[in-house]
Amino acid sequence: MKNTVYLFAYGLLFGLGLIVAGMSNPAKVLAFLDVAGAWDPSLALVMASALLTLGLARYFMHRNNDAADSEQEPSARVPAGVDGKLITGAAIFGVGWGLSGFCPGPALLGLSAGVLGNYAFVTAMFAGFWLFRLLHQR
Amino acid sequence: MNYLTILSALAGGAMIGLAAALLLFTHKHTAGISGIAAGMLPPWSEGSVWRGWFLAGLLASAPLYRLSGANIALDLDASPGLLAIAGLLVGYGTRLGGGCTSGHGVCGIARLSVRSIVATLTFMLTAGITVFIVRHLL
Repeated sequence: MKNTVYLFAYGLLFGLGLIVAGMSNPAKVLAFLDVAGAWDPSLALVMASALLTLGLARYFMHRNNDAADSEQEPSARVPAGVDGKLITGAAIFGVGWGLSGFCPGPALLGLSAGVLGNYAFVTAMFAGFWLFRLLHQR
Repeated sequence: MNYLTILSALAGGAMIGLAAALLLFTHKHTAGISGIAAGMLPPWSEGSVWRGWFLAGLLASAPLYRLSGANIALDLDASPGLLAIAGLLVGYGTRLGGGCTSGHGVCGIARLSVRSIVATLTFMLTAGITVFIVRHLL
């Protein structure tokens, strides 16, 4: 029960962070990706700030707690090397991101606004998750 | 960028990084939204429970933010059909590549994973190229 409240709170904090940062708006994300247009570099600051915060937290946690090194859930322990799947998958994701301005977090967060295109995106995204499972697992 | 944009980008990024750090150090999970969302596809397992509560918090962030009276901008330029294609690419691509903006771009880079750095550079590049083609060539 306590865990449940914490997990909900972390998701909430993550979502509020996306909103405060402006990443919840696809138009702003596209303005960041449009280097040749009216470029909005602020999302680079969002990423830098997130990385700095998480990086510092990791540094202090690891300094005080060796056990934190075994942090990954088993499913997240992926092969260490760069391979074709990684590059191909990331490249395909980038095209979808560039077409819409949506990555998974903001797309899910936007659902409550009730925009038709948002529903279309999220439904298709889950179809994509399912397609991957169909083609590459079992 | 004015001061408010810079400040909200830094604050939002810090919130995202803090949420990822809390999830990591209290539950040893990576705050990668594509992986968390894909884990909600049936058949459900024990791992679906923490994912479900984290996602519930993420989904609740927008309505709760609106309760404060503030508006959340959500401007989707693309048609629902194009957004469905984008969603499919994002869903399939993030699974094949093993992560998205949060999993690779924040959590992975924060632990200096070469795979995540390569993936992030790749999806940033293809997203930028896609936006360039759509906005400046078509």
